[in-house]
Amino acid sequence: MSIKVYELGHARAGDKGNTSNVSVTAYDERAWNILREQLTPERVMQAYGEIAKGPVTRYELPKLRALNFVIENALGGGVTVSLAQDMHGKSLSYVMLGIDLHG
Amino acid sequence: MASSATRIRVGTGAGFSDDRIDPAVDLAERGAVDYLVFECLAERTIARENLTRLKDPEKGYTPYLAERFQAILPAWKKNKFRIVTNMGAANPAAAARAVRREARALGIDNLPVAYVTGDDVAQIVRNNPQLPLMEDGSPVEALIPRMASANVYLGADVIHDGLATGAPVVMTGRVADPSLFVGCMMHGLGWRYDDYSKLAVGTLAGHMMECAAQLTGGCFVDPGKKDCDDPVTPGFPYADVGADGTLTLGKLEDSGGRLDVQTCTEQVLYEMHDPTSYITPDCILDISDVEFKPESKHRVRVIGAKARPRTPTYKVVVGYHDGYIGEGEVGYAGPNALARAKLAEQIVRERLKKRGLSYPEIRVDYIGMSSLHRMNEGGGGRPEPYEVRLRIAARSPDRKTAAAVGFEVRTLHVNGPSGGGGGTNALREVLAVKSILIPREMVKTQISMEGTL
Repeated sequence: MSIKVYELGHARAGDKGNTSNVSVTAYDERAWNILREQLTPERVMQAYGEIAKGPVTRYELPKLRALNFVIENALGGGVTVSLAQDMHGKSLSYVMLGIDLHG
Repeated sequence: MASSATRIRVGTGAGFSDDRIDPAVDLAERGAVDYLVFECLAERTIARENLTRLKDPEKGYTPYLAERFQAILPAWKKNKFRIVTNMGAANPAAAARAVRREARALGIDNLPVAYVTGDDVAQIVRNNPQLPLMEDGSPVEALIPRMASANVYLGADVIHDGLATGAPVVMTGRVADPSLFVGCMMHGLGWRYDDYSKLAVGTLAGHMMECAAQLTGGCFVDPGKKDCDDPVTPGFPYADVGADGTLTLGKLEDSGGRLDVQTCTEQVLYEMHDPTSYITPDCILDISDVEFKPESKHRVRVIGAKARPRTPTYKVVVGYHDGYIGEGEVGYAGPNALARAKLAEQIVRERLKKRGLSYPEIRVDYIGMSSLHRMNEGGGGRPEPYEVRLRIAARSPDRKTAAAVGFEVRTLHVNGPSGGGGGTNALREVLAVKSILIPREMVKTQISMEGTL
Protein backbone atom coordinates (compact mmCIF):
# COMPACT_ATOMS: atom_id res chain seq x y z
CA MET A 1 0.00 0.00 0.00
CA SER A 2 1.27 3.42 -0.92
CA ILE A 3 1.70 6.04 1.81
CA LYS A 4 2.88 9.63 1.55
CA VAL A 5 5.76 10.95 3.65
CA TYR A 6 3.16 13.52 4.79
CA GLU A 7 1.45 10.75 6.81
CA LEU A 8 4.71 9.59 8.37
CA GLY A 9 6.46 12.75 9.41
CA HIS A 10 6.81 16.52 9.32
CA ALA A 11 9.37 18.57 7.43
CA ARG A 12 11.07 21.96 7.28
CA ALA A 13 13.28 23.49 4.61
CA GLY A 14 16.22 25.84 5.15
CA ASP A 15 18.62 27.59 2.79
CA LYS A 16 22.32 28.33 2.62
CA GLY A 17 23.59 29.76 -0.65
CA ASN A 18 22.40 27.55 -3.48
CA THR A 19 21.81 24.58 -1.18
CA SER A 20 18.49 23.61 0.38
CA ASN A 21 18.25 21.36 3.40
CA VAL A 22 15.03 19.56 4.18
CA SER A 23 14.55 17.69 7.44
CA VAL A 24 11.94 14.97 7.92
CA THR A 25 10.96 13.99 11.45
CA ALA A 26 8.99 10.78 11.99
CA TYR A 27 5.78 10.92 14.03
CA ASP A 28 6.49 7.51 15.63
CA GLU A 29 8.78 4.47 15.64
CA ARG A 30 6.95 2.65 12.86
CA ALA A 31 7.10 5.71 10.61
CA TRP A 32 10.78 6.13 11.47
CA ASN A 33 11.56 2.63 10.25
CA ILE A 34 9.74 3.20 6.96
CA LEU A 35 11.43 6.56 6.38
CA ARG A 36 14.87 5.29 7.28
CA GLU A 37 14.52 2.32 4.96
CA GLN A 38 12.76 3.84 1.96
CA LEU A 39 13.45 7.57 1.88
CA THR A 40 16.85 7.23 0.25
CA PRO A 41 18.90 10.05 -1.31
CA GLU A 42 18.09 8.53 -4.72
CA ARG A 43 14.35 8.65 -4.06
CA VAL A 44 14.66 12.26 -2.89
CA MET A 45 16.77 13.27 -5.91
CA GLN A 46 14.08 11.82 -8.16
CA ALA A 47 11.36 13.89 -6.46
CA TYR A 48 13.41 17.11 -6.67
CA GLY A 49 14.57 16.35 -10.22
CA GLU A 50 12.94 19.35 -11.89
CA ILE A 51 13.93 21.70 -9.08
CA ALA A 52 17.48 20.72 -8.14
CA LYS A 53 20.55 19.39 -9.90
CA GLY A 54 21.83 17.69 -6.76
CA PRO A 55 23.70 15.84 -5.41
CA VAL A 56 21.64 14.88 -2.37
CA THR A 57 23.28 13.83 0.91
CA ARG A 58 21.31 12.19 3.72
CA TYR A 59 22.16 12.43 7.42
CA GLU A 60 20.46 10.30 10.10
CA LEU A 61 19.58 11.54 13.58
CA PRO A 62 18.21 8.46 15.36
CA LYS A 63 17.81 10.26 18.71
CA LEU A 64 15.46 12.74 17.05
CA ARG A 65 14.00 10.15 14.68
CA ALA A 66 14.86 12.57 11.91
CA LEU A 67 16.55 12.55 8.53
CA ASN A 68 18.30 15.62 7.16
CA PHE A 69 18.64 15.92 3.40
CA VAL A 70 21.13 18.35 1.94
CA ILE A 71 20.10 19.12 -1.63
CA GLU A 72 22.70 21.01 -3.64
CA ASN A 73 22.15 23.31 -6.62
CA ALA A 74 18.53 23.72 -5.61
CA LEU A 75 17.86 27.43 -5.22
CA GLY A 76 18.42 29.10 -8.59
CA GLY A 77 21.86 30.32 -7.60
CA GLY A 78 20.87 31.34 -4.06
CA VAL A 79 18.47 33.72 -2.32
CA THR A 80 20.13 36.90 -3.53
CA VAL A 81 20.17 36.10 -7.26
CA SER A 82 17.34 33.60 -7.79
CA LEU A 83 14.62 34.33 -10.35
CA ALA A 84 12.18 32.22 -8.33
CA GLN A 85 9.32 33.62 -6.29
CA ASP A 86 10.23 31.40 -3.35
CA MET A 87 13.88 32.43 -3.25
CA HIS A 88 14.54 30.70 0.08
CA GLY A 89 12.89 27.47 -1.04
CA LYS A 90 10.67 27.49 2.05
CA SER A 91 7.98 25.60 0.14
CA LEU A 92 10.36 22.77 -0.79
CA SER A 93 9.56 20.82 2.39
CA TYR A 94 6.25 19.91 0.75
CA VAL A 95 7.98 18.24 -2.20
CA MET A 96 9.45 15.87 0.38
CA LEU A 97 6.08 15.37 2.08
CA GLY A 98 4.49 14.51 -1.28
CA ILE A 99 6.76 11.53 -1.93
CA ASP A 100 4.97 8.16 -2.04
CA LEU A 101 6.46 5.25 -0.10
CA HIS A 102 5.21 1.74 0.72
CA GLY A 103 3.46 1.62 4.10
CA MET B 1 28.52 42.88 36.20
CA ALA B 2 30.84 40.15 37.46
CA SER B 3 30.33 36.56 36.44
CA SER B 4 28.12 35.73 39.38
CA ALA B 5 24.80 34.39 38.12
CA THR B 6 24.07 30.67 38.29
CA ARG B 7 21.24 30.98 35.82
CA ILE B 8 20.22 33.58 33.26
CA ARG B 9 17.33 34.05 30.88
CA VAL B 10 18.06 35.15 27.32
CA GLY B 11 15.14 36.05 25.06
CA THR B 12 14.75 36.59 21.33
CA GLY B 13 13.47 40.03 20.34
CA ALA B 14 13.51 39.59 16.54
CA GLY B 15 14.34 36.80 14.13
CA PHE B 16 14.74 38.83 10.95
CA SER B 17 14.85 42.43 9.82
CA ASP B 18 11.10 42.72 9.18
CA ASP B 19 9.95 40.66 12.16
CA ARG B 20 6.97 41.43 14.40
CA ILE B 21 7.48 43.86 17.24
CA ASP B 22 4.76 42.98 19.78
CA PRO B 23 6.16 39.57 20.88
CA ALA B 24 9.43 41.27 21.85
CA VAL B 25 7.54 43.83 23.91
CA ASP B 26 5.66 41.01 25.64
CA LEU B 27 8.90 39.23 26.57
CA ALA B 28 10.44 42.50 27.71
CA GLU B 29 7.49 43.40 29.90
CA ARG B 30 6.72 40.16 31.65
CA GLY B 31 9.35 37.64 30.57
CA ALA B 32 11.88 38.39 33.32
CA VAL B 33 14.63 38.30 30.70
CA ASP B 34 18.20 39.28 31.58
CA TYR B 35 19.17 39.71 27.94
CA LEU B 36 17.05 40.39 24.86
CA VAL B 37 18.67 39.65 21.49
CA PHE B 38 17.42 41.17 18.24
CA GLU B 39 18.74 39.41 15.12
CA CYS B 40 17.92 41.66 12.17
CA LEU B 41 20.55 41.08 9.50
CA ALA B 42 20.10 38.91 6.41
CA GLU B 43 23.02 37.91 4.21
CA ARG B 44 22.78 40.78 1.75
CA THR B 45 21.46 43.45 4.14
CA ILE B 46 24.86 44.95 4.77
CA ALA B 47 25.54 45.35 1.05
CA ARG B 48 22.25 47.21 0.65
CA GLU B 49 22.86 49.35 3.73
CA ASN B 50 26.36 50.22 2.55
CA LEU B 51 24.73 51.82 -0.48
CA THR B 52 22.36 53.72 1.81
CA ARG B 53 25.31 54.90 3.85
CA LEU B 54 27.06 56.23 0.75
CA LYS B 55 24.07 58.51 0.20
CA ASP B 56 23.76 59.53 3.87
CA PRO B 57 26.66 58.94 6.30
CA GLU B 58 24.25 58.88 9.28
CA LYS B 59 22.21 56.00 7.77
CA GLY B 60 23.08 52.44 6.84
CA TYR B 61 21.52 50.63 9.78
CA THR B 62 18.38 48.47 9.73
CA PRO B 63 15.25 50.45 8.74
CA TYR B 64 13.06 49.36 11.69
CA LEU B 65 15.55 50.39 14.37
CA ALA B 66 13.54 53.40 15.55
CA GLU B 67 10.24 51.48 15.75
CA ARG B 68 11.81 48.59 17.66
CA PHE B 69 13.52 50.78 20.24
CA GLN B 70 10.45 53.02 20.65
CA ALA B 71 8.46 49.90 21.47
CA ILE B 72 10.99 48.21 23.73
CA LEU B 73 12.53 51.05 25.74
CA PRO B 74 9.50 51.71 27.99
CA ALA B 75 9.76 48.10 29.22
CA TRP B 76 13.53 48.46 29.51
CA LYS B 77 13.01 51.45 31.79
CA LYS B 78 11.13 49.22 34.22
CA ASN B 79 13.07 45.98 33.89
CA LYS B 80 16.62 47.00 32.91
CA PHE B 81 17.59 43.94 30.88
CA ARG B 82 20.52 44.13 28.47
CA ILE B 83 19.86 44.57 24.76
CA VAL B 84 22.10 42.97 22.12
CA THR B 85 21.48 43.51 18.42
CA ASN B 86 23.08 43.48 14.98
CA MET B 87 20.72 46.24 13.81
CA GLY B 88 23.84 48.35 13.19
CA ALA B 89 24.29 46.65 9.79
CA ALA B 90 26.72 48.81 7.79
CA ASN B 91 26.87 51.63 10.34
CA PRO B 92 26.87 50.55 14.03
CA ALA B 93 28.09 53.97 15.23
CA ALA B 94 25.19 55.81 13.58
CA ALA B 95 22.82 53.11 14.86
CA ALA B 96 24.10 53.70 18.39
CA ARG B 97 23.38 57.42 18.03
CA ALA B 98 19.92 56.65 16.62
CA VAL B 99 19.12 54.49 19.67
CA ARG B 100 20.11 57.35 21.95
CA ARG B 101 17.84 59.72 20.03
CA GLU B 102 14.90 57.36 20.49
CA ALA B 103 15.78 57.02 24.18
CA ARG B 104 15.87 60.78 24.69
CA ALA B 105 12.46 61.13 23.07
CA LEU B 106 11.18 58.73 25.74
CA GLY B 107 12.80 60.66 28.60
CA ILE B 108 15.91 58.50 28.95
CA ASP B 109 18.52 61.25 28.77
CA ASN B 110 21.71 59.25 28.62
CA LEU B 111 21.45 55.69 27.36
CA PRO B 112 25.02 54.42 26.84
CA VAL B 113 25.34 52.23 23.76
CA ALA B 114 28.46 50.15 23.16
CA TYR B 115 29.11 49.39 19.53
CA VAL B 116 31.33 46.92 17.75
CA THR B 117 33.35 47.69 14.64
CA GLY B 118 35.89 45.72 12.67
CA ASP B 119 33.57 43.35 10.82
CA ASP B 120 33.94 45.52 7.68
CA VAL B 121 36.94 43.96 5.91
CA ALA B 122 36.45 45.44 2.43
CA GLN B 123 39.96 46.93 2.47
CA ILE B 124 41.50 43.64 3.60
CA VAL B 125 39.74 41.84 0.75
CA ARG B 126 40.98 44.45 -1.76
CA ASN B 127 44.51 43.87 -0.44
CA ASN B 128 44.17 40.08 -0.76
CA PRO B 129 42.58 39.45 -4.17
CA GLN B 130 44.04 35.95 -4.27
CA LEU B 131 41.68 34.65 -1.55
CA PRO B 132 39.55 31.83 -3.03
CA LEU B 133 35.75 31.92 -3.09
CA MET B 134 34.15 29.11 -1.09
CA GLU B 135 31.61 28.58 -3.88
CA ASP B 136 34.02 27.59 -6.65
CA GLY B 137 37.60 28.16 -5.55
CA SER B 138 38.22 31.03 -7.98
CA PRO B 139 39.99 34.16 -6.64
CA VAL B 140 37.79 36.91 -5.16
CA GLU B 141 39.64 39.35 -7.43
CA ALA B 142 36.98 39.18 -10.16
CA LEU B 143 34.32 40.52 -7.77
CA ILE B 144 36.35 43.40 -6.36
CA PRO B 145 35.42 46.00 -9.03
CA ARG B 146 31.72 45.29 -8.33
CA MET B 147 32.07 44.79 -4.56
CA ALA B 148 29.49 46.59 -2.39
CA SER B 149 30.50 45.15 0.99
CA ALA B 150 32.72 42.58 2.69
CA ASN B 151 32.03 41.68 6.31
CA VAL B 152 33.23 38.91 8.58
CA TYR B 153 30.91 37.01 10.84
CA LEU B 154 32.36 38.00 14.21
CA GLY B 155 31.99 35.73 17.24
CA ALA B 156 30.67 35.82 20.79
CA ASP B 157 33.83 37.38 22.21
CA VAL B 158 32.92 40.84 20.90
CA ILE B 159 29.42 40.58 22.36
CA HIS B 160 30.92 39.62 25.72
CA ASP B 161 33.34 42.55 25.53
CA GLY B 162 30.56 44.95 24.58
CA LEU B 163 28.45 43.81 27.53
CA ALA B 164 31.47 44.01 29.84
CA THR B 165 31.60 47.79 29.29
CA GLY B 166 28.40 47.96 31.30
CA ALA B 167 26.43 49.65 28.54
CA PRO B 168 22.78 48.56 28.53
CA VAL B 169 22.79 48.23 24.73
CA VAL B 170 25.36 46.48 22.54
CA MET B 171 25.09 47.38 18.84
CA THR B 172 26.89 45.47 16.12
CA GLY B 173 27.18 44.98 12.39
CA ARG B 174 27.88 41.46 11.17
CA VAL B 175 28.10 38.91 13.98
CA ALA B 176 27.16 35.25 13.55
CA ASP B 177 23.55 34.85 14.68
CA PRO B 178 24.17 32.22 17.40
CA SER B 179 27.14 34.24 18.70
CA LEU B 180 24.83 37.11 19.66
CA PHE B 181 23.31 34.72 22.22
CA VAL B 182 26.53 32.95 23.24
CA GLY B 183 28.09 36.32 24.13
CA CYS B 184 25.25 36.99 26.59
CA MET B 185 25.88 33.64 28.28
CA MET B 186 29.64 34.22 28.48
CA HIS B 187 28.96 37.55 30.09
CA GLY B 188 26.19 36.51 32.44
CA LEU B 189 27.49 33.11 33.49
CA GLY B 190 31.25 33.70 33.36
CA TRP B 191 31.84 31.13 30.64
CA ARG B 192 35.34 31.13 29.20
CA TYR B 193 35.91 31.36 25.46
CA ASP B 194 37.78 28.05 25.47
CA ASP B 195 35.21 26.07 27.48
CA TYR B 196 33.76 24.15 24.56
CA SER B 197 31.24 22.13 26.54
CA LYS B 198 29.57 25.45 27.44
CA LEU B 199 30.02 27.07 24.04
CA ALA B 200 28.27 24.00 22.60
CA VAL B 201 25.21 24.63 24.76
CA GLY B 202 25.18 28.34 24.01
CA THR B 203 25.62 27.84 20.29
CA LEU B 204 22.87 25.25 20.17
CA ALA B 205 20.53 27.59 22.06
CA GLY B 206 21.46 30.52 19.84
CA HIS B 207 21.02 28.49 16.67
CA MET B 208 17.53 27.45 17.78
CA MET B 209 16.48 30.90 18.97
CA GLU B 210 17.85 33.18 16.28
CA CYS B 211 14.79 32.80 14.04
CA ALA B 212 12.47 33.73 16.90
CA ALA B 213 8.97 32.33 16.21
CA GLN B 214 10.32 29.54 14.03
CA LEU B 215 10.88 27.81 17.38
CA THR B 216 7.45 28.65 18.77
CA GLY B 217 4.97 27.64 16.11
CA GLY B 218 5.98 29.83 13.19
CA CYS B 219 6.65 28.04 9.89
CA PHE B 220 4.97 25.03 11.47
CA VAL B 221 1.18 24.97 11.46
CA ASP B 222 -0.60 22.82 8.88
CA PRO B 223 -4.35 22.92 9.61
CA GLY B 224 -5.74 19.55 10.62
CA LYS B 225 -2.30 17.97 10.65
CA LYS B 226 -0.09 20.08 12.89
CA ASP B 227 -2.27 22.54 14.77
CA CYS B 228 -1.81 25.06 17.51
CA ASP B 229 -4.40 26.82 19.67
CA ASP B 230 -3.32 30.32 18.77
CA PRO B 231 -1.42 30.75 15.51
CA VAL B 232 -2.08 34.50 15.56
CA THR B 233 0.18 35.61 18.40
CA PRO B 234 3.05 33.14 18.82
CA GLY B 235 5.30 34.24 21.66
CA PHE B 236 9.01 34.64 21.07
CA PRO B 237 11.28 32.09 22.78
CA TYR B 238 13.60 32.41 25.75
CA ALA B 239 16.39 30.17 27.02
CA ASP B 240 17.02 29.48 30.70
CA VAL B 241 20.71 28.69 30.83
CA GLY B 242 22.60 27.46 33.87
CA ALA B 243 26.25 28.23 34.55
CA ASP B 244 26.81 24.45 34.46
CA GLY B 245 25.44 24.26 30.92
CA THR B 246 21.88 23.15 31.58
CA LEU B 247 19.44 24.48 29.00
CA THR B 248 15.68 24.82 28.88
CA LEU B 249 13.88 26.55 26.02
CA GLY B 250 10.53 28.11 26.72
CA LYS B 251 7.91 30.69 25.89
CA LEU B 252 5.56 32.66 28.13
CA GLU B 253 2.63 30.65 29.48
CA ASP B 254 -0.22 32.56 27.95
CA SER B 255 1.51 33.44 24.70
CA GLY B 256 0.29 31.85 21.48
CA GLY B 257 2.02 29.41 19.18
CA ARG B 258 3.60 26.25 20.52
CA LEU B 259 7.00 25.14 21.71
CA ASP B 260 7.45 21.40 22.05
CA VAL B 261 9.60 18.52 20.87
CA GLN B 262 8.21 18.78 17.34
CA THR B 263 8.90 22.49 16.87
CA CYS B 264 12.34 22.07 18.48
CA THR B 265 13.24 19.21 16.15
CA GLU B 266 12.26 21.17 13.05
CA GLN B 267 14.21 24.20 14.15
CA VAL B 268 17.38 22.43 15.30
CA LEU B 269 17.77 21.08 11.76
CA TYR B 270 16.89 24.38 10.10
CA GLU B 271 19.76 25.51 7.84
CA MET B 272 21.82 22.58 9.14
CA HIS B 273 23.98 20.50 6.81
CA ASP B 274 26.22 17.89 8.47
CA PRO B 275 24.74 17.61 11.98
CA THR B 276 28.16 16.85 13.45
CA SER B 277 29.76 20.00 12.02
CA TYR B 278 27.83 23.25 12.31
CA ILE B 279 30.59 25.81 12.00
CA THR B 280 30.29 29.15 13.79
CA PRO B 281 33.03 31.65 14.72
CA ASP B 282 32.95 30.22 18.27
CA CYS B 283 33.08 26.45 17.80
CA ILE B 284 32.08 23.53 15.60
CA LEU B 285 28.76 22.39 16.99
CA ASP B 286 27.75 18.71 16.91
CA ILE B 287 24.03 18.08 17.43
CA SER B 288 24.06 14.36 16.64
CA ASP B 289 23.40 13.44 20.28
CA VAL B 290 20.92 16.20 21.06
CA GLU B 291 17.61 15.22 22.65
CA PHE B 292 14.53 17.21 23.66
CA LYS B 293 12.71 16.42 26.92
CA PRO B 294 9.29 18.02 27.50
CA GLU B 295 9.23 19.83 30.84
CA SER B 296 5.81 21.45 30.66
CA LYS B 297 3.39 22.72 28.04
CA HIS B 298 5.65 25.63 27.16
CA ARG B 299 9.11 24.38 28.12
CA VAL B 300 11.55 21.83 26.67
CA ARG B 301 14.83 20.73 28.22
CA VAL B 302 17.71 20.26 25.77
CA ILE B 303 20.60 17.86 26.35
CA GLY B 304 23.47 16.42 24.36
CA ALA B 305 25.17 19.41 22.68
CA LYS B 306 28.83 18.87 21.87
CA ALA B 307 31.45 21.03 20.20
CA ARG B 308 34.95 20.94 18.81
CA PRO B 309 37.37 23.90 18.84
CA ARG B 310 36.71 26.77 16.46
CA THR B 311 38.47 27.07 13.13
CA PRO B 312 41.40 29.49 12.59
CA THR B 313 39.40 31.51 10.05
CA TYR B 314 36.47 33.88 9.87
CA LYS B 315 33.87 33.59 7.12
CA VAL B 316 33.44 36.73 5.02
CA VAL B 317 30.31 37.56 3.06
CA VAL B 318 31.19 39.59 0.00
CA GLY B 319 28.26 41.54 -1.43
CA TYR B 320 28.56 42.66 -5.05
CA HIS B 321 26.52 44.18 -7.86
CA ASP B 322 25.23 41.49 -10.16
CA GLY B 323 23.01 43.20 -12.74
CA TYR B 324 19.23 43.45 -12.74
CA ILE B 325 16.14 41.26 -12.60
CA GLY B 326 13.05 42.34 -14.52
CA GLU B 327 9.70 40.61 -14.17
CA GLY B 328 6.04 40.85 -15.02
CA GLU B 329 2.80 39.04 -14.16
CA VAL B 330 -0.67 38.72 -15.65
CA GLY B 331 -3.61 36.50 -14.64
CA TYR B 332 -6.12 34.33 -16.53
CA ALA B 333 -9.19 32.45 -15.26
CA GLY B 334 -12.01 30.21 -16.47
CA PRO B 335 -12.18 28.06 -19.61
CA ASN B 336 -8.85 27.56 -21.39
CA ALA B 337 -6.99 29.73 -18.84
CA LEU B 338 -3.73 27.79 -19.08
CA ALA B 339 -3.67 27.88 -22.89
CA ARG B 340 -4.16 31.64 -22.84
CA ALA B 341 -1.35 32.04 -20.30
CA LYS B 342 0.92 29.88 -22.45
CA LEU B 343 0.14 31.95 -25.52
CA ALA B 344 0.95 35.08 -23.51
CA GLU B 345 4.34 33.61 -22.62
CA GLN B 346 5.01 32.87 -26.28
CA ILE B 347 4.08 36.43 -27.29
CA VAL B 348 6.42 37.95 -24.73
CA ARG B 349 9.31 35.69 -25.75
CA GLU B 350 8.71 36.50 -29.45
CA ARG B 351 8.57 40.24 -28.85
CA LEU B 352 11.76 40.30 -26.76
CA LYS B 353 13.48 38.36 -29.53
CA LYS B 354 12.19 40.75 -32.23
CA ARG B 355 13.65 43.61 -30.21
CA GLY B 356 17.01 41.88 -30.32
CA LEU B 357 17.13 41.28 -26.57
CA SER B 358 18.60 38.13 -25.08
CA TYR B 359 19.00 36.93 -21.50
CA PRO B 360 21.36 34.55 -19.73
CA GLU B 361 18.36 33.14 -17.82
CA ILE B 362 14.58 33.45 -18.22
CA ARG B 363 12.17 31.84 -15.77
CA VAL B 364 8.49 31.25 -16.50
CA ASP B 365 6.04 30.43 -13.73
CA TYR B 366 2.41 29.45 -13.98
CA ILE B 367 1.36 30.57 -10.53
CA GLY B 368 -1.24 28.17 -9.17
CA MET B 369 0.45 25.32 -10.94
CA SER B 370 4.21 25.36 -11.23
CA SER B 371 5.76 28.44 -9.60
CA LEU B 372 7.01 26.69 -6.45
CA HIS B 373 7.45 23.01 -7.32
CA ARG B 374 7.77 23.25 -11.14
CA MET B 375 5.59 21.22 -13.54
CA ASN B 376 6.25 17.69 -12.26
CA GLU B 377 6.27 16.50 -15.85
CA GLY B 378 7.96 13.24 -14.92
CA GLY B 379 5.29 12.55 -12.29
CA GLY B 380 2.14 12.96 -14.39
CA GLY B 381 2.03 16.74 -14.39
CA ARG B 382 -0.18 18.98 -12.31
CA PRO B 383 -3.96 19.28 -12.74
CA GLU B 384 -4.98 22.38 -14.66
CA PRO B 385 -6.22 25.04 -12.23
CA TYR B 386 -9.28 27.29 -12.67
CA GLU B 387 -7.05 30.34 -12.43
CA VAL B 388 -3.45 30.73 -13.47
CA ARG B 389 -1.13 33.68 -13.23
CA LEU B 390 1.74 33.96 -15.67
CA ARG B 391 5.00 35.28 -14.31
CA ILE B 392 8.08 35.87 -16.44
CA ALA B 393 11.39 36.91 -14.86
CA ALA B 394 14.81 37.34 -16.40
CA ARG B 395 18.20 38.69 -15.47
CA SER B 396 20.49 40.95 -17.43
CA PRO B 397 23.64 42.96 -16.73
CA ASP B 398 21.85 45.82 -18.50
CA ARG B 399 19.09 47.71 -16.71
CA LYS B 400 17.00 48.55 -19.80
CA THR B 401 17.19 44.99 -21.11
CA ALA B 402 15.93 43.68 -17.75
CA ALA B 403 13.15 46.29 -17.65
CA ALA B 404 11.89 45.19 -21.07
CA VAL B 405 10.64 41.89 -19.58
CA GLY B 406 8.14 43.57 -17.29
CA PHE B 407 7.21 46.06 -20.01
CA GLU B 408 6.29 43.34 -22.50
CA VAL B 409 4.21 41.48 -19.90
CA ARG B 410 2.47 44.66 -18.82
CA THR B 411 1.47 45.56 -22.37
CA LEU B 412 -0.43 42.26 -22.66
CA HIS B 413 -3.13 44.00 -20.65
CA VAL B 414 -4.37 45.64 -23.83
CA ASN B 415 -2.56 43.71 -26.55
CA GLY B 416 -2.50 40.10 -25.33
CA PRO B 417 -4.79 37.05 -25.18
CA SER B 418 -8.41 37.33 -24.07
CA GLY B 419 -9.27 38.09 -20.46
CA GLY B 420 -5.81 38.83 -19.09
CA GLY B 421 -6.10 40.83 -15.86
CA GLY B 422 -4.06 42.30 -13.06
CA GLY B 423 -0.85 42.93 -14.94
CA THR B 424 2.14 44.07 -12.88
CA ASN B 425 5.80 44.63 -13.56
CA ALA B 426 8.94 45.22 -11.49
CA LEU B 427 12.65 45.79 -11.82
CA ARG B 428 15.28 45.33 -9.13
CA GLU B 429 19.00 45.71 -8.81
CA VAL B 430 20.69 42.48 -7.75
CA LEU B 431 23.09 42.48 -4.82
CA ALA B 432 24.57 39.01 -4.80
CA VAL B 433 26.78 37.40 -2.15
CA LYS B 434 29.69 35.00 -2.15
CA SER B 435 31.94 33.84 0.66
CA ILE B 436 35.62 33.61 1.47
CA LEU B 437 37.56 32.60 4.57
CA ILE B 438 40.22 34.85 6.05
CA PRO B 439 42.69 34.19 8.86
CA ARG B 440 41.46 35.53 12.21
CA GLU B 441 44.61 37.56 12.81
CA MET B 442 43.78 39.80 9.83
CA VAL B 443 40.67 41.08 11.63
CA LYS B 444 40.90 43.85 14.23
CA THR B 445 37.74 44.55 16.20
CA GLN B 446 37.01 47.47 18.47
CA ILE B 447 34.42 48.30 21.12
CA SER B 448 33.44 51.99 21.27
CA MET B 449 30.81 53.90 23.19
CA GLU B 450 28.15 56.51 22.47
CA GLY B 451 27.24 58.24 25.70
CA THR B 452 28.86 57.91 29.12
CA LEU B 453 28.43 55.33 31.84
